[in-house]
Amino acid sequence: MAMLSFERKYRVAGGTLLGGDLFDFWVGPFYVGFFGVTTIFCALLGTALILYGASLGPTWNLWQISIAPPDIKYGLQLAPLREGGLWQIITMLALGAFVSWALREVEICRKLGMGYHVPAAFGVAILAYFTLEVVRPVLLGAWGHAFPYGIFSHLDWVSNVGYQYLHFHYNPAHMIAVSFFFTTTLALAMHGGAILSMANPGQGRVVRGAEHENTFFRDTIGYSIGAMGIHRLGYLLAVNAGIWSAICIVISGPFWTRGWPEWWDWWLNMPIWR
Amino acid sequence: MSRNNTLIALGMTAALVLLAGCEKPRPITVQRGFRGTGMELLYNKPRLDALYEQNQLPEVQSPASPDGPRAGEVYQNVQVLKDLSAGEFARVMLAITQWVAPADQSCNYCHQGEMSSDTLYTKVVARRMLQMTRDINTNWKAHVGATGVTCYTCHHGQQVPAQAWFIDPGPPPVKGFVADRGGKNIPAAIVGSSSLPWDPLTPFLLEANDIREQGTVPLAGSNRHSIKQTEWTYGLMMYMSNSLGVNCTYCHNTRAFGDWNSSPPTRVTAWYGIRMSRALNNTYMLPLTATFPADQRGPTGDVGKVGCGTCHRGVYKPLFGHSMLPDYPELAGPRAAPAVETPAVPTGMPAADAPASGMTPTSDPAASPAMAGKPL
Repeated sequence: MAMLSFERKYRVAGGTLLGGDLFDFWVGPFYVGFFGVTTIFCALLGTALILYGASLGPTWNLWQISIAPPDIKYGLQLAPLREGGLWQIITMLALGAFVSWALREVEICRKLGMGYHVPAAFGVAILAYFTLEVVRPVLLGAWGHAFPYGIFSHLDWVSNVGYQYLHFHYNPAHMIAVSFFFTTTLALAMHGGAILSMANPGQGRVVRGAEHENTFFRDTIGYSIGAMGIHRLGYLLAVNAGIWSAICIVISGPFWTRGWPEWWDWWLNMPIWR
Repeated sequence: MSRNNTLIALGMTAALVLLAGCEKPRPITVQRGFRGTGMELLYNKPRLDALYEQNQLPEVQSPASPDGPRAGEVYQNVQVLKDLSAGEFARVMLAITQWVAPADQSCNYCHQGEMSSDTLYTKVVARRMLQMTRDINTNWKAHVGATGVTCYTCHHGQQVPAQAWFIDPGPPPVKGFVADRGGKNIPAAIVGSSSLPWDPLTPFLLEANDIREQGTVPLAGSNRHSIKQTEWTYGLMMYMSNSLGVNCTYCHNTRAFGDWNSSPPTRVTAWYGIRMSRALNNTYMLPLTATFPADQRGPTGDVGKVGCGTCHRGVYKPLFGHSMLPDYPELAGPRAAPAVETPAVPTGMPAADAPASGMTPTSDPAASPAMAGKPL
């Protein structure tokens, strides 16, 4: 397979975190590394166990297959395989695969001599998953509080857990998280629109550069964050969306058991207008 | 650097203030559905302990002999409890005094001079309430089960049940082009401090408006319920949740709120509870409106009414499910059949709303007419 111009720089030995030279090679275009091996191992085994779990379940309907966590009565102990134990093993393998992938990204960053922004951002996604499936269940005292692995079933879980707090939109951290998610998509749409129009000026005309982008945004909204800045902004927005999602779910239950609208009573009871 | 430090200090202070509004882990959790469905109740232990403390049973009056002449023969103007022995009658009177009357007034709270006299409004109301209690324990077993209710369930030692409700006219209307609040959009305690309608009880626990607002068939045209109606329904549901100290999943699998097949059985009990409150308000409370003095009535001059919270007082089962009827079987219903008038049948209600007509929850009358009788 032909190499891209920058791949010469990428395909250098070293920069590994674990395993030294042992896994420091490429398969086709893919860097392997120690964490590539652990990623493949965890992902394949986890997927196989999901298939095994599906075979034990009542349906092969792709939408309805569900691997559920144990009953709450098992607390933080191991549960029998068919009563949530499978979920526990799959969760460990999923975390193994996600973290391995992040560390493989770190190794690639080191090879390229660049910052760790990509693995750090992916780490926030892992953090959100870890919060949902590990931190919150541990704080609540049972693995049974985690969400099941199924396309519809995990959505049903989200619905019910939201309604455990009567009106989840009053969760302050949820408000912040939703705002960050929407702003992320808004920023991405605006940036994508700008890039597409710069890169497609029309037949026979020259592709425009960064100064045109800046001028466009200065004229329309009075300010341009710049070609580098838009990516920092996007990173900030996206990472915050994940962080605040994790916060909004970890406070629901461990730190608040009632309706979220009621939480705002501190605001209604402020002495200045009570 | 110092600006950064100030920012960090401010941020941490803000975080502390917000956390101060929260609760300490670990809550008590109750699983109420298949694992992984999120059907769970969560309770903060200190709050639950306090609630338990507030919902203790009163001391039981020492037993009386069921033998001897009937109260109706011994005393004059006994209209409801005439089937009791004179001893049982006196015991129930003592119990009512303990449960309802202010300590400094005792018997005088209802009786003035001649004991049989109906001069005090409290005595007239008490009689009607005794009839209501027996009606509930006899005809509303679908909701109260064998546990039943006594005066104490609602009154709890107070003359007026703490969670009786009145029609709420809301705040005085504002002036200008946004004058109409539409009955909502102020944080109301009755709907859990949300912006939902501040009086969700009048339409449903007094009047018989549609509670079901979800369509039962896909696509537009089949469901004429508006978002505004939906907000009223959600207001009622918030009230029910807070009245019982439970969340939505106590009665609903929220993936399909209206689907009886995937709802916990508690929803059936609640369905009857709504009909029971409505019937009690229309049969017993409304006709007593003029009996109550003005200072006992609500802001619009209406009578105090029954809702879920009146009995439940923040608990999933009143008094945490303890039944007082074994100690006070006199309140369970009329005993000597021939001498007793039958409690009035709820009036002003569609026949299909009465639980006695063999309604099954799978044909909710609130469903759209097109779907009535069809499995949902």
